[in-house]
Amino acid sequence: MIKVVFFAALREQLNCSELSINSDNLATVADLKNHLASKDENWQQVFANSALLSAVNHDMVSSEQAIKAGDEVAFFPPVTGG
Amino acid sequence: MTKVSNTAAANTEISIQTADFSLADEVALLERDNAIDGAVVTFTGRVRNQNEGKAVTSLTLEHYPGMTEKSLAKIIAQAKERWRIGRVKVIHRVGELFIGDQIVFVGVTSKHRQDAFAANEFIMDYLKVQAPFWKKEASTDGANWLDAKTTDENKAAKW
Repeated sequence: MIKVVFFAALREQLNCSELSINSDNLATVADLKNHLASKDENWQQVFANSALLSAVNHDMVSSEQAIKAGDEVAFFPPVTGG
Repeated sequence: MTKVSNTAAANTEISIQTADFSLADEVALLERDNAIDGAVVTFTGRVRNQNEGKAVTSLTLEHYPGMTEKSLAKIIAQAKERWRIGRVKVIHRVGELFIGDQIVFVGVTSKHRQDAFAANEFIMDYLKVQAPFWKKEASTDGANWLDAKTTDENKAAKW
């Protein structure tokens, strides 16, 4: 299983802060994005946003990053702290 | 609980907290038993009363626990590789904040001022574009998540 977490505007748009997903057949962050986007129209729209950032195990990564069972994957909008 | 997390390594401390902080106390900590460093550079960020023409009433800061600390530690490690700096302290507040409230603190010491000035600005510029914090602004327009600014991206890219 992969733990998937969402933050800020993304969390509100999806009305979801955390999910557990079976990682079989999901090799990369891009695969996971496609899988999530297939949920329904709202999820599809949210994941079509190219500005979306991803992290695996607390490190910022690109969509090509490989993922495996036990990983924590996060999706969030560009950051606005400071 | 006012301290969300506190990570301390050699000469480095990162604190994510809901509580306010005292600039005087932070400077005293940076200076204590630290006769080797002649320069102390601090930056404090505060909540402004307006943003893009709207009157702001409050901000709510969200963060990604765990990744925030890791990301800040990486930024500080990069600064330590580039400049000869002594102590570093970063505080970032989360939760609801009001006009004039302190949001963020970056303190850096070094033997001479140039290193501390540069490292402080570098840490702040990278924090802005890499550390997972998000601001939701309550203003005359209602509550809205702020968009990231390309000017911040450009500034960080210059280092």
